[in-house]
Amino acid sequence: MARAAVLRRLTWAIAEVTDRIDETPRVRSLTFDVPGWPGHLPGQHIDVRLTAEDGYQAQRSYSISTPADGARVTITVERLEDGEVSTYLTDILELGDRIELRGPIGGYFVWEPSRGGPLGLIGGGSGVAPLMAMLRARVAADCDVPVRMLCSWRTAEDVIYADELAAIARDANEVSITHTLTRSAPDGWSGRRGRLDQEALSQLAWPSELEPLTCVCGPTGFVEAVAAALVELGHGPHRILTERFGPTGG
Amino acid sequence: MTFISRGFQRRQAPAASSDRLPPGQYVTRDFPVLSAGPTPRIGLDEWRFEIIGQVDRPRGWSWQELTALPAEEVTVDIHCVTKWSKLDTSWRGVSLDTVLDGVETAADQVMAHSYGGYTTNLPLEDITGGRAWIAYEYDGEPLAAEHGGPARLLVPHLYFWKSAKWVRALELRDTDEPGFWEGYGYHNYGDPWREQRYSGD
Repeated sequence: MARAAVLRRLTWAIAEVTDRIDETPRVRSLTFDVPGWPGHLPGQHIDVRLTAEDGYQAQRSYSISTPADGARVTITVERLEDGEVSTYLTDILELGDRIELRGPIGGYFVWEPSRGGPLGLIGGGSGVAPLMAMLRARVAADCDVPVRMLCSWRTAEDVIYADELAAIARDANEVSITHTLTRSAPDGWSGRRGRLDQEALSQLAWPSELEPLTCVCGPTGFVEAVAAALVELGHGPHRILTERFGPTGG
Repeated sequence: MTFISRGFQRRQAPAASSDRLPPGQYVTRDFPVLSAGPTPRIGLDEWRFEIIGQVDRPRGWSWQELTALPAEEVTVDIHCVTKWSKLDTSWRGVSLDTVLDGVETAADQVMAHSYGGYTTNLPLEDITGGRAWIAYEYDGEPLAAEHGGPARLLVPHLYFWKSAKWVRALELRDTDEPGFWEGYGYHNYGDPWREQRYSGD
């Protein structure tokens, strides 16, 4: 395992919102300009700190959904009805506003082109965000690492990055992207239906004989089920990297 | 000077008094799970827990032997570096004072080793003196595998990554060395009350 060569102190930066994209009615991507940002690896996350006028503070972690790009850092935030940080980020924060953040954090749940493949990316809901950073890095590098990405959503309305994923699946060599819907599918849905259980993974994930590296991110139940099924299918536990995400993911 | 976030205000009444909640934490009623890979599954018949390293003689326990040791019920608050805290969690397990009783060592550091390869480092004095346990029940039930079962460390005064899941050995050492997350930039000691989340905090 590659360790961070230098353990750098993580200081809070005041970052300005430079772009907002509504991915779905409940999910918004926010791009920040972060002075002094040292760069990051796909899969790493940031901490956000909000301070109210009465001094009350709240912190949360968000995965970065883009590869390193100078001082630009993009996160993808799912609006949680009772989440005081996520609702602030999705409902109140406007272009030109500034917040405190620090990072990058983490270093195990990462992939960069030099790590090779085959690469499996398996995401549930907004857990696709850090996998998107990896996929975008793979596309930007235009390398030959083959990728199989599996995305599980509740409904078709929940699909984030839909257009970009479709374009990547169409244009990039050796990249396949499969969507599955677990609750309801509209008429004419051409993707899969149902959960990514062991049977689905035996068809869709890389065969274990190829010794793929597989990154799994989503809610706890999703990650537990997918990771356990991959082990059952013969994947080495150390070739499966997991990250929990979402309302019950810490 | 503190940077104020325009339009941000507290939405919920505080769920805990400030003497229960370390800085930057929020209270959750769930029990979130965080681990870097698949959950290891260890059969109780092959499970062992050992004290190794700088000791007069290594010692170890089978599952039957460990669970036959005097157990304690503890109710503690736990604090995860990912910001959630969970109050009044109840556990049953064996005090590390009990498993370390009679061990002769010059070591002052410990590396906890887990099934699956996870490690975390702690000062020996932090796991003695009634402040740490090897826990095998949570809320009156056998500890679930995703929460570290069959048995995990419980060191509630430090961030919860120090409470190694699936623990299999404590290695007593006379030198300190970073464990798994510590090697990725998380704080070497991890005191939630001093908000020691990352290296340099």
